[in-house]
Amino acid sequence: MGETIQSVERAAAILRLLASGPRQLGVAELARALGLPKGTLHGILRTLVRVGFVEQDPATGKYRLGATLLHLGSSYLDVNELRTRAINWADALAGRSRESAWIGTLHEGHVLVIHHVFRPDDSMQTLQVGTYLPTHASALGKVLLAYDPYGETLVPLQPHTKNTIADPGLLETELELVRTRGWAAEMEELTEGEVAIAAPIKDSRGIVVGAIGIRGAVERLAPEGVLHMEFVSYVRDAARAITRDLAR
Amino acid sequence: MPRPDYVAAIDQGTTSSRCIVFDQAGHIVSVAQREHRQIFPRPGWVEHDAAEIWQAVQGVLADALGGLDGQIAALGITNQRETTVLWDRATGQPVCPAIVWQDTRTAPLTHALAEHEQLFKEKAGLPLTTYFSGPKIRWLLDEHPGLRERAERGEVLFGTMDSWLLWNLTGRHITDVTNASRTMLMNIHTLAWDEELLAALDVPRAMLPEIRPSAEIYGRTRGGFPVASALGDQQAALFGQTCFAPGETKSTYGSGSFLLMNTGHEPVVSKHGLLTTVGYQIGDTPATYALEGAIAVTGSLVQWLRDNLGLISSAAEIETLAKTVDDNGGCYFVPAFSGLFAPHWRSDARGVIAGLTGFVTKGHIARAVLEATAWQTREVVDAMNADSGLDLTTLRADGGMTANNLLMQTLADVLAVPVIRPMVSETTALGAAYAAGLATGYWPDIDSLRANWHKAAEWRPAIDETAREQEYRNWKKAVARTLDWVEQ
Repeated sequence: MGETIQSVERAAAILRLLASGPRQLGVAELARALGLPKGTLHGILRTLVRVGFVEQDPATGKYRLGATLLHLGSSYLDVNELRTRAINWADALAGRSRESAWIGTLHEGHVLVIHHVFRPDDSMQTLQVGTYLPTHASALGKVLLAYDPYGETLVPLQPHTKNTIADPGLLETELELVRTRGWAAEMEELTEGEVAIAAPIKDSRGIVVGAIGIRGAVERLAPEGVLHMEFVSYVRDAARAITRDLAR
Repeated sequence: MPRPDYVAAIDQGTTSSRCIVFDQAGHIVSVAQREHRQIFPRPGWVEHDAAEIWQAVQGVLADALGGLDGQIAALGITNQRETTVLWDRATGQPVCPAIVWQDTRTAPLTHALAEHEQLFKEKAGLPLTTYFSGPKIRWLLDEHPGLRERAERGEVLFGTMDSWLLWNLTGRHITDVTNASRTMLMNIHTLAWDEELLAALDVPRAMLPEIRPSAEIYGRTRGGFPVASALGDQQAALFGQTCFAPGETKSTYGSGSFLLMNTGHEPVVSKHGLLTTVGYQIGDTPATYALEGAIAVTGSLVQWLRDNLGLISSAAEIETLAKTVDDNGGCYFVPAFSGLFAPHWRSDARGVIAGLTGFVTKGHIARAVLEATAWQTREVVDAMNADSGLDLTTLRADGGMTANNLLMQTLADVLAVPVIRPMVSETTALGAAYAAGLATGYWPDIDSLRANWHKAAEWRPAIDETAREQEYRNWKKAVARTLDWVEQ
C-alpha cells in the first residue's frame, strides 16, 4: 500500500462519525471520539463546510452531513425524468419553429435520442426515441461534447456528408465556438439538405444533463446557407426554460 | 398588422384553478394557477369552499389576462364534474361546503335508491354510484334543517362548478348540458330536467339552473368580454382533442383515466358497464353524445410504487426500472384498490399481483404496473366497440402519463391501433377555449379547429396477434383472481 494523506483519512473519519447517527455533533464530541485536538478538527471541518460536505447548525454550532454530500451519489438525472420535465417546452419549441424538436443525452460516445416531437405538419413521421446520433455530426452531440468533462468522442470521426467535421483539430475549434456562443449548429453535416440547432439543458448545479434542438430542411432554417437567428432564439429559449424548471 | 387577440379558458379543477390564454393557432400565450383547500371533515368526506374557489378563479383570471386587456375575444369554462354547490340566491353566498365528486358520504343513500337503478340507467344514462350530483343535493337537503323549504321556494340554488362560476361571472343561474348530464336529474334523450328523476331523488325543481348548450354567449363579464362556453373537464378534453366524428376517442391519463368516445347524435345506452354522457352541444345544433369509461387506478399505481413500496423515487423512473427487463416475467398486477370500475363494476374486488415466481424482479413488477394501465384501457375500449358498433382506429392520448414512452408503446401493442399524442397537452382548457371561440366567431368552424390539431408523436403496434391474445388471456385470469375478496 502506498503513502496515504493523514488529513484525508481524518476527514473521512469525521464524515463516518456524522453519518453514524441522527444526532448533530459538536467539536468537543468529535475530538473526544476521534482522539484528536480541537484545533486540528477545526481546520478539517472548515474545509468540509466550504465544499458543502458538512453543515454547521447556526443555532447550536454543531455539525451534520451537508446536502451536497447527500446528493453526491444520486446526482444522475434519469432520462425519463428529463423527458417528463421537458415535454411541454419541447412541444412549444416544435409549435413555434414548425420543425421537429429533439432532446438527447450522451450515451457511450453517442447521442441517445430521449425525446422527439414531430414537425407539426401532419406528414408521415416515425418516432426516433431510443435511436442514436453521432456526436461530432449532430448539433445535439456538439453541445453535449462541448460541455462534457470527459470529452468522449469516438475516433476516427466518421464522415457522413462532405460537410462532416472529420478532423479532431477542427472539431475542437468548433466545440470552442459552441462554448463561446452557448449553442451549436450543424449544417448538412449528417444528412444532405438538413440543418440542426441545439442548446444545453443544465441541472440545478449548472451541469449539462442534455441538449434540446430542432432539425429541418436547409431551405427553411438556413436559406442561402445562413441560419435564421429567430430559430436559434427559439431553441435557446426552450433550453433556458427547461433549465429553470430543473432548478426548482 | 391586425391587433392580435386571444381566447381564455378557466379550468376549475379538483385541486386548483387555472386560467390559460390561447392564440388563434391554439398555442398557449399565458398560464396562471392557484390551488384551493381540500377539506376532509371525516373519512370518505371531501369538501371545497366554493367562495374560496371563486376567489381563486378571479385571481387566475387577473393573473393570466394581465396586460391583455381588450384583447380577449371570449372566455370559456371547464370544470371538475359533479361537485355540488348550494348557495343563497339573495346574498350569492354558499349555504354549506361544496361536496366534491370523490366524496362517498352518499353510499348509504345510493343503496336506498336501488329500486330506481333501471330508471337512472335508462333516463340519465348513469349507474347508481356516489359520484353524481343528485344524491349529494338530496343528502344536503336532508341533513340541513330548513334547507329543503328554502330550496322549494327558490331561495337556495344548486349548481355544479360551471354553474357557480357562471352565476358569479354573468349573474345568470344556468348550467351547460354536459355538466347537467352528470347530475342524474337530466333526461339524456330530451336534455331537460326530468320529473321522474327529480321525484326519485326528491330534489325540488325550483333550485335547478336552466340547461343551456355548451357553447353560446351566456353573458358578459364586468371586464366586458363574452363568457361563451362551459364543459365538464373530460368532455372539454374530448373537444380539445377535436374528436368531432363518431368513433373518435380520447383517453386522459392522470391518477385515474377517462376514455370518452364520440358516438354521434344518438345516446348509446351501454350494455357493457360504460356510462352515457353528453359530449358537447354547440349553439342550437343537436347535441353530440359520448360513451365514457372511467378507470380508477392508473397513474396512482405508479405513485403507489413510489410512495408505498419505495421502488422508485420519481414517477418518471418507472420507465427506467421497467426497461431493466424485456418483459413482465409472467407477472400481472390488477390494481383493484377500491374495487373494479368500468367495465366490471365489482366493489368486492381487491388488488392482486398474480403469476409470481422466484424469477420475478422489481423490473418485472414495474412492467406489470405499466401494462395494468394498458390492459385496463383495452377492457374499456372493447366495451366501447361492442356498445357503439364502431371500431376504434386510433387512440388520442393526453395527460401526464403520455411522457412515458414505454407506456404509450405498450398501449399501442395492447390495443392493436396507433396511439397518438397531440402537440398541445392542455387539451382540457383548449377544449373550453375552442368552444368559446366557436360561439363568438373567433374560429369560423370545427374544420379550423381540426387544422390546429397536430400529432406530436405516434406509437404503432409492434407485437403480433398471438402474443397479444396470450397476454390478454393472462390478464383476464389475473382479473378473475381479484373478485369475491371483500365479504359483504
